[in-house]
This record gives sequence, structure tokens and C-alpha cells, in this order.
Amino acid sequence: MVSILEGLGCEVCYNPEQTCCGQPAFNAGFRNDCRAVAEKFIGDFNAADPIVAPSGSCTGFVRNYYGQLFQEEGPGDGEILPIQKQVYEFSEFLVDVLGVTNVGAALHAKATYHDACGALRECGIKDAPRKLLQKVLGLELVEAADCEVCCGFGGTFAVKFEPISTSMAEQKVVNAMKLGAEYIISTDSSCLMQLDAYIRKHKCNIKVMHIADVLASRKGRH
Amino acid sequence: MIAVGNREQIFLKQSLEKSKDLAHRQKMNHALKQSDDAFEKGKGQFSDLELARDWANAIKRDAIMQLDTYLCEFERKFTSRGGKVIWAQTADQAVEAVKAICSRHRAKTVVKSKSMVSEEIRLNQALKDGGVEVVETDLGEYIQQLADEAPYHIVAPSLHKSKEEVAQLFVDKLGTEPELRPDQLTQVARKVLRKKFREAEVGITGVNFLLADIGGMVLTENEGNGRLTTGFPKVHIALTGIEKILPSVHQLSLFLPLLATHASGQHITVYNAILTGPRKADEADGPEEMYIILLDNGRTNILADPTARESLYCIRCGACLNVCPVYKNIGGHTYDTTYSGPIGSVITPHLNGLKDNKHLSYASSLCGSCTEVCPVRIPLHNLLLYNRQQSVAAGYNSGMEKVMFLTWKKMMLNRKLMNAGSGDVKNWVFKVFVSKIWGKDRELPMFPKKNFSQQWKARRQQK
Repeated sequence: MVSILEGLGCEVCYNPEQTCCGQPAFNAGFRNDCRAVAEKFIGDFNAADPIVAPSGSCTGFVRNYYGQLFQEEGPGDGEILPIQKQVYEFSEFLVDVLGVTNVGAALHAKATYHDACGALRECGIKDAPRKLLQKVLGLELVEAADCEVCCGFGGTFAVKFEPISTSMAEQKVVNAMKLGAEYIISTDSSCLMQLDAYIRKHKCNIKVMHIADVLASRKGRH
Repeated sequence: MIAVGNREQIFLKQSLEKSKDLAHRQKMNHALKQSDDAFEKGKGQFSDLELARDWANAIKRDAIMQLDTYLCEFERKFTSRGGKVIWAQTADQAVEAVKAICSRHRAKTVVKSKSMVSEEIRLNQALKDGGVEVVETDLGEYIQQLADEAPYHIVAPSLHKSKEEVAQLFVDKLGTEPELRPDQLTQVARKVLRKKFREAEVGITGVNFLLADIGGMVLTENEGNGRLTTGFPKVHIALTGIEKILPSVHQLSLFLPLLATHASGQHITVYNAILTGPRKADEADGPEEMYIILLDNGRTNILADPTARESLYCIRCGACLNVCPVYKNIGGHTYDTTYSGPIGSVITPHLNGLKDNKHLSYASSLCGSCTEVCPVRIPLHNLLLYNRQQSVAAGYNSGMEKVMFLTWKKMMLNRKLMNAGSGDVKNWVFKVFVSKIWGKDRELPMFPKKNFSQQWKARRQQK
């Protein structure tokens, strides 16, 4: 992600002290623990520059939940904080902000794109990653009928309800393989980690790849 | 239906069984694919579905914010034409009211058209115990009754049964020829049920909408059994939750198509009746007495909570179940609740107690498909999150989980702690502490040798 952004003329800053947006605790119901971490997050990004994340899930959380997180409990989204408008998911930033779809990547393979729930439903990202992937030299993109169905990760859901979570991953992987895809590509490492965990255990003939890695790929076969 | 023991443990056991049951998975995927295709086709009737959903949301918000006013208006208008309204605060009060009406009319047989509220108050069993024969007349409900099972889905009660299984059920319970086709099975049911419609002294239905301005109720159905249930017997009892109110009959032009499309992909349901009271002197048919039972049974708990309140907008279309990957994998009975799927997991903790039902709010990957489809824009996955916060605030979560998040917080507030330990060490920690809960079907995630922060520092030093 850094090399692509720099290649496009961006100056990339990174605060090595940053940690997490706080979502894991929020999703588990631990609002106060989340709030402490989210406060640190806001402090870690004190400039007005855009914040780019290789994750629709983190982006969606900051963008859609930080307002209500910092208001007293109750309905509604709360007051919108500046940081909520600063965050972008990587593919969305490239396409919608920089206006770039061709980053000069090459990957000779057949792949399917998995719409991560955070990217798709929290951020409304559907076309941006596809536009980028269509411009990758040699990449054949095939759409899965269940491309918008959850991979089954869901944070603590993956361990609290392991059988349901695993069954969801299984169906995503099997359906992608039926298409003859060699890669499942997505915007979110958490989905890919979940799918990869199933793939490695069952020695499936398919791999996962983050969209940033695809876009950084220059040597044909990964 | 409340099983003995820890509900969460039973849920976990059932969900393990169902999510590994490939025959079940195939049937569910098949049935829900059909409903998905029908919905995709049906929604084309809305030139602007998003606007329709906004409009429906605004109407239901108004209805729920002024629930008391609208319910009283409904009662005034409905009773002015001779209808009777019974306010039931609890399930028991509703059951007792139905039993009293049945016994006053010496009812031996009751026909029912589909009613989830009757499931909620366990009405069938109560009437049966009192010696009344209860016959479900919606085909799906009839199948479930023959199988002695609760509905699997709030709209499609027997969605999990293949046509072969239904044919076999008819052989076992009704002595039909084996391997009948669906149309033949329907004819068998029709014949049995016609007789029951003629015999029954009382007809019991649910309610799709209560209409405040005209003091009426709407019944929408595809089989005509609702019309027979409300038209043939001398007495009609309708059961409804108090949230089913719409301020005006004019809003049906929005709500009937919205419900039909989200429930079954239809443009409009086949039979739509507005019932406004018992038969009048100059009318040829209709019941001599008509009762509407308004049930609270915990709904005012939800009403009192400004955040959870939005879940009362629900029109029970079942669309959130149809799109839910969890529902698809574990099926309706695993929830062990009257209302399954996302909406069930949202409201059950408020209706039946958070402590025993909090696991339902956690049994979601929060994918948001339910919120995306809901015709009245209930933020379902956000309300699941809200229930989780309530559970933590009430201290219902395990000590282990609390310690876990406390540790997490410590690490996230201090990058040095997060950087401590190499990738290998973290892999070892995961192997020891996470491998068991991560299950046998997945390899553990692997930490890289260096995390991004460390890679970044190295990269900067090179430059």
C-alpha cells in the first residue's frame, strides 16, 4: 500500500505509535474499553491529512461509529467528528480521491473478488476495487454469486460460534474454487485471514491475496 | 419450547449440528436462493425502493412514537361497530382471554390462520389442554402441526422441508399414497381443512396491520385460508402485538407492496382483507362476534428504550432471515425462540430476558445484510451491538472475556507492549490459548516475523 501510494506521488506518513481503532472491543459490547483505545487513535492522527487504511472494516468503524461512541448512550449517530470524514479505505482512496484506476500492476491469474462486509455495507464500496482489478494486466476477474456474503469472521464471533463461522468460510472457499479461481482477493485482511485458515487446513487449491498486494504485484505470477 | 438447561449451551450444540448437516445446508440454500431470486425480481416494482423504505420508516416511527394515541383511536373506532378489544399485558392474559371466549361458545374446534403471536403465547397447547381441537390452516403451518414442530421461519414455516419429506409426512400422518406431488398434497390438505372450516366454532388469525384511522385490521395471505377462518366460524379472534399499528388506511398503498415484496417477492399478496368488525345486520356473511387481542408481553420494555424502540417498526416480512448467513446455516429451530433470525435475536433479549438470551445477540458476524434489506430500515446489526453493550453493562459476560479485553486495552494503549515478543512468540501464544476455540477446521493465523510498525522503521532507516 505504501509503495503504491508513493508511486502515485503521495507522501506517506506513519505514526509508529498507533495501534487500533477499537472496533474489536466495541463489537464485543465493551464500549468503555473501546472508547479508551479510540481516544488514543484520534490523538495518533492529529493532522488534517487523509487517513488511508488497508481495511474497509476499520474505515467503516471510524466513519460510522465514532460519533455515537463519544456521545452519551442513546440512539442516533452522535455529533460527527472530523476524523470520521478523514478516513478512507485504500481502494476507495485510489479511485474516488486520487482518481486512479490503473496502477501498472500485473498478475497473470484467475481471481474472484470478495466484498468484505465492512467495505461493502459500512462504506458502500462496490465498484472501486473492481475498477482497479480490471486494470491489472493478465488478471481475469470472475464474479461469484455469493461475493457479497460474509466470510464468517466477525471478530469474536469466529471463536464464540466456531462451527457457524467455519461453515460460512467453507462455502465461500468452495464456491470460489468452483469458479476456477486461483485467488480470492479482498480489501480486508480479517476476511482473508479467516478464509486462508480454512484453505490451509483443508489444503484447498486456492490462495488469498489482499488487494494492496495485487496492486503492488509487478512480476506476473505472484 | 423453553428447553431445560443453559440456553446458550443448547444453542451452541444445535448450531454445531446444523451447520455441519450438509442435507440441511442444501435445503436451506435452495429455499433461500429461491426467495432471494423472487425478491430481486419483485423489487423492480418500486421505482425508488430506497425512498419507499425511508417513507415506511418515517410512518412506523410516527406510529410507535404515538403508539398510545393510535391504539386508543383504533379501539374507539373498532368498538363503535361492535368489535371488542382485549388488552393483554402478558401471554397468560391473552391465552386466558381466548380460552374464555372459546368456552363461552362451547368451541370444540378452532381453525387458525397463520399467527406468530399465537406461537409466542403458546396458544395451541393451552387450547389443546382444555380439550379444544386446534387446526392450522396455512399449508406451511399445517405441515408443521402434522410434524409437531414449531415454525422454522416467521413467513415460510416449513421452508426446511423438501417436497419428498412433506409427502412422507402425509403418508405417516394422513395415510396418503406415497410420493404424492406438491399439487396433490395441497389437494389432500384442502380436503381435510375444508371440513374443519365448516365444523369450527371459532376462527383465530394474526394481524398484519392495525389501522388506527378506520379502526380496522388487515390480513394479507396467499391461500385464502385467512378468509375462510374469518368468514366461516361464528367467532373471529385476531391476535396482534401492539406494534402492528399504522396511523392510516391510506398507508397500505405503501405497506402492502413493501411487505409482499420483502416476504415473498410478490408485487402484492393474493388475498388482502380489511376487517372492521363483526357482521352487520344487512351483511350476508362474517362472524357474529369479533375480538382483537392487543398483546404487550414485553413490547413496552422495548418501547421504553429509545435505542431498542426502532425494533418495534418490524412488519414481520422475514427478509432479514432470508439474507442472514447465520440463519441459513443453523436454521430456525436452533434459536429456540418464537422469532428467529436477526429480528428475533434483537427483540428476544428484551422480551424474554437478556441474561438467558444474550448469546443470540452475539451469534452474528455483524455482516449487516439484515440492515441492508429491512424494508422499514431497522438498524438490526446496530441493535445487536446495542444488546451486547447492555449485556456487558449488566455484567453478564464471562470473567475471562472481561480479562481478555482489559489485556487487549492495555496493549492497544501502549505500542511497546504490542511490539513486545517476536512473531514466533505470538504464534506460540496463539497456539496455546487460541487453537482450541479456533476449532479443527481452520489453521491458526500466522504472525509475520516483523509487524508493520517494525517494518516501517526499518524502511525509513534504509532511506
